[in-house]
Amino acid sequence: MTTRSAKRVSPVRDGVGSSPLRPDGVPKLRGEFEYAQDLTAENMLWGATSRSPHPHARILSVDIGPALAIGGVHAVLLADDVPGRALFGLEHPDQPVLASTKVNYWGEPIAIVAAEDEDTARRAADAVVVEYEVLEPDIDPEEADAQDDVFRRMKIRRGDPDAAGSVVVEGVYEVGMQDQAPLGTEAGLAVPDGHGGVDLHATSQFVHVDQEQVVASLGLRSDQVRAHPTGVGGAFGAREDVNLHIHLCLLALHTGQPVKMVYDRSESFTGHVHRHPARMWYRHEADDRGRLVKVEARVLLDGGAYASTTAAVLANACYFVVGPYNCDNVFVDGAGVRTNNPPCGAMRGFGAVQVCIAYEAQMDKLAEALDIDPLEIRRRNALHRGDPMPTTGQIIDTPLPVIDVIDSLAAMPIPDSAATLPGGSGLTTEKEHVRRGVGYALGLKNLGFSEGFDDYAQARVRITDDGAVVETAAIEVGQGLVTVMAQIARSALGISAAEVRHVDTSKIDSAGSTSASRQTQVSGGAVLEASQNLRDRILVHHGGDDLSDDGVLSEGEVIVPMAVLAAEGWSETVTFRHPPTFAPDPDGQGTLHADFAVAGHRAVVDVDTELGLLTVVRVDTAQDVGKALNPESIRGQIEGGILQGVGLAVMEEIITEDGVIRNPNFTDYLLPTILDAPDVEALLIEEDGSWGPFGAKGVGEPPTISSTSAVLAAVRQATGREIPRAPVRPEDIAL
Amino acid sequence: MNVHHPTTFDEALAAKAAGAVPLAGGTDLMVEVNFGHARPTEVVSLRRIDEVKEFEGRRIGSGVSWRRIENHGPRALAQAARTVGSPQIRNAGTIGGNLATASPAGDGHPFLAAVDAQIELASVDGRRTIPWDEFFVGVKKTSMADDELISAVVLPDSLPERHEFGKIGVRNAMVISTVCAVVTRDDQRTTVALGSVAPTPMRARRAEEMISAVSNPSDKDLAEFQRLVSDEVRPITDHRSTEEYRRHAAGVLSRRLLERCLR
Repeated sequence: MTTRSAKRVSPVRDGVGSSPLRPDGVPKLRGEFEYAQDLTAENMLWGATSRSPHPHARILSVDIGPALAIGGVHAVLLADDVPGRALFGLEHPDQPVLASTKVNYWGEPIAIVAAEDEDTARRAADAVVVEYEVLEPDIDPEEADAQDDVFRRMKIRRGDPDAAGSVVVEGVYEVGMQDQAPLGTEAGLAVPDGHGGVDLHATSQFVHVDQEQVVASLGLRSDQVRAHPTGVGGAFGAREDVNLHIHLCLLALHTGQPVKMVYDRSESFTGHVHRHPARMWYRHEADDRGRLVKVEARVLLDGGAYASTTAAVLANACYFVVGPYNCDNVFVDGAGVRTNNPPCGAMRGFGAVQVCIAYEAQMDKLAEALDIDPLEIRRRNALHRGDPMPTTGQIIDTPLPVIDVIDSLAAMPIPDSAATLPGGSGLTTEKEHVRRGVGYALGLKNLGFSEGFDDYAQARVRITDDGAVVETAAIEVGQGLVTVMAQIARSALGISAAEVRHVDTSKIDSAGSTSASRQTQVSGGAVLEASQNLRDRILVHHGGDDLSDDGVLSEGEVIVPMAVLAAEGWSETVTFRHPPTFAPDPDGQGTLHADFAVAGHRAVVDVDTELGLLTVVRVDTAQDVGKALNPESIRGQIEGGILQGVGLAVMEEIITEDGVIRNPNFTDYLLPTILDAPDVEALLIEEDGSWGPFGAKGVGEPPTISSTSAVLAAVRQATGREIPRAPVRPEDIAL
Repeated sequence: MNVHHPTTFDEALAAKAAGAVPLAGGTDLMVEVNFGHARPTEVVSLRRIDEVKEFEGRRIGSGVSWRRIENHGPRALAQAARTVGSPQIRNAGTIGGNLATASPAGDGHPFLAAVDAQIELASVDGRRTIPWDEFFVGVKKTSMADDELISAVVLPDSLPERHEFGKIGVRNAMVISTVCAVVTRDDQRTTVALGSVAPTPMRARRAEEMISAVSNPSDKDLAEFQRLVSDEVRPITDHRSTEEYRRHAAGVLSRRLLERCLR
């Protein structure tokens, strides 16, 4: 790693701290942006997937004859047609590319089809005849835990197990299975290169791991598979795991033609992993002033049929089991179990969401038991920079403005909002039926990958005739990454004309995943360093003292015009790594995380207590952002993240019955509409000292972590009920 | 797929008699097609037939959109129309399509049940008019013959003086109801009709009878009315709600709607 020169914020147009128009914004609004769904190629076939209607069954026989007999069908492939590794998986390859002997979840792929049009492909997929011996599905996570059928167990042992407080509160909490529900479903196009290799353009958050998994399962050399970033219509974690990627490449190489596949909405619900449903048992002990003495917790996550990222999600849930509070004695047992329920994995917040619902309910219980104001009890326990993490003992050595978040929330006025009445257009409720509640919650999460993972990102900055060009394989999923990377390059170089161009996996090293709130910090860090190095090299080479859109300057005069720089072919490639992290010791202790962020939310909720209907009137927030590189983009993340948190609090849940999803559609998997969306006032808290570019912290996940808990706290206050479950259902309030 | 685009109702009836699947707004049929549940080979579009779009007095053509009903329908039916899907769905979806689908959760049904509307059916052989409760026979099942289309909904000549609609769902808009209801009150005579609480839209007749006998209901009478409605509905537990909640909510919503009618 090269040494960073002094930070420089040139007075360029659209640099860091401003909110320039997103380059993809207008095309998206106009419907002109090319998403993976829009890709097309000459001579293209359509792919479709034949899936299991049972969550647990032995496959006795498969007959592809009826599918092949349909006119226009070019290929029907089974597990035996997978030339390389039969299994895939983001962390542990344990999931069959195509099931051959047994199916372990509802919708598991068994056969893939390529045909001349989409309808024919789907009909052929339906025509594959599979004979099953149906087995009883294992759907109870507690039973799986008892059977020791686990992906990972976690143990945290810190402090004195005999420590005791004067006040004890306990609770059992439950979180339902949330879906990422990105508007763009899984989609992609694989194009054979005519020499035995393939180019893959598919929805993703991390093309380099897609590429590795395709290479393994196709049995190809790494240079024969190129994964290209493409237009992604939302991700939220759902695009980290492989789904159609290997299938598309298999079909393309088998048929020798480009093959396209687009999951329909209901297929998408089985085509990606979900947020883990959780059960959590908590016991907090505090002294008579409300300071935490001991926290004990048991966390049970249902990982579903295959590993995905369950091990890492479980670890995160356990590391953040206390929240942003000091406590010297913490004891946690966690399990991520295997069942025949839908596989679960990454979703915005990654384990920190589930436990926040529990620990914030516990903090409110403590406040009530001691008759202390809910914000005051949080203030008395707030973590500060320099404190040890309550779970891991890691000393927090980056800014962590928990107190500022609390004080900001306390100082924010509650505007007199005219709200939609609960029940909305259903006209169920009048003012006299409504009780208003106000609730607070704080959430803490790590930024970037943890536990010793080699977390890096490569970026290249070049000078071209168009100005500075940033090359990267970091995926834009709609969050604004291409905008902020260009801003960083502009400010560091002093050149306003800068743009981001995506390149495929053969042209640049990994940018890591667009997840864990990490890209602005890690890929952004690579862009900053590459830009600074490039600027330094150019200035030294030409003896200038500044760069501008016109070229190299010396004492204000242009001494080398931009066109000359472009012709000289300047380029700088940097691989950026965040501060190292380490694997935990057997007690879950160690320096496991690279950085942290805190956010707090205050929710105002109107509840029709008799019918159990509610409206989330406002959710106001204060969030630790380090440095706001693009304030408008951050507000976008905050508003969207809050809405996703509100969704989990009051309506979003995948309902399964014996392992089968009962609501795999937007008719019954309810997402908040604009009539369900609260007003949001957001305060961005800046504090220098994080290792991100210009001190920036990741901002994507914190809005989702404690917004759910704040809404539940408000419902609790309005109803006087415990509300130990998310989402809260009308019957939980009314009956 | 063959799509017929007749401009007269008679042509549409001929196509129906020949086995074509009718398409009005397409807001139900196309969902079925998109989910792969239906693959019709012959489709007859009703969208170019002016006759079924007529909305005159008490006769609402089967092709009248929810948007028009929202703007011009009688109060409680307009309130129901306002809750059908999204604005786009309301522009496309029709009252006839809602009836033909015969979902237990159909938003338009409780009003028709509450006012004892008639459904006019047509075939190449002629027309017949049947009361709403002979039309609905089960979950997504009607008494229409294979060759019949709905031509119109016929409301009674005079509507009750007061009528109010309400719908309970887990979201503030664009939601399938967990309970929906219409209560009417004219002088003392009260009707209460509910959706999503039985295989078909239903009337809570015992509750109606009890409250119709009271000229000036007391809190105690209202509570008894609520109890009777809760008692009379026949809901199930499914992925949208529980039997217990639906029973409770049906009573509460009916009482509130009655209170509105009494104001």
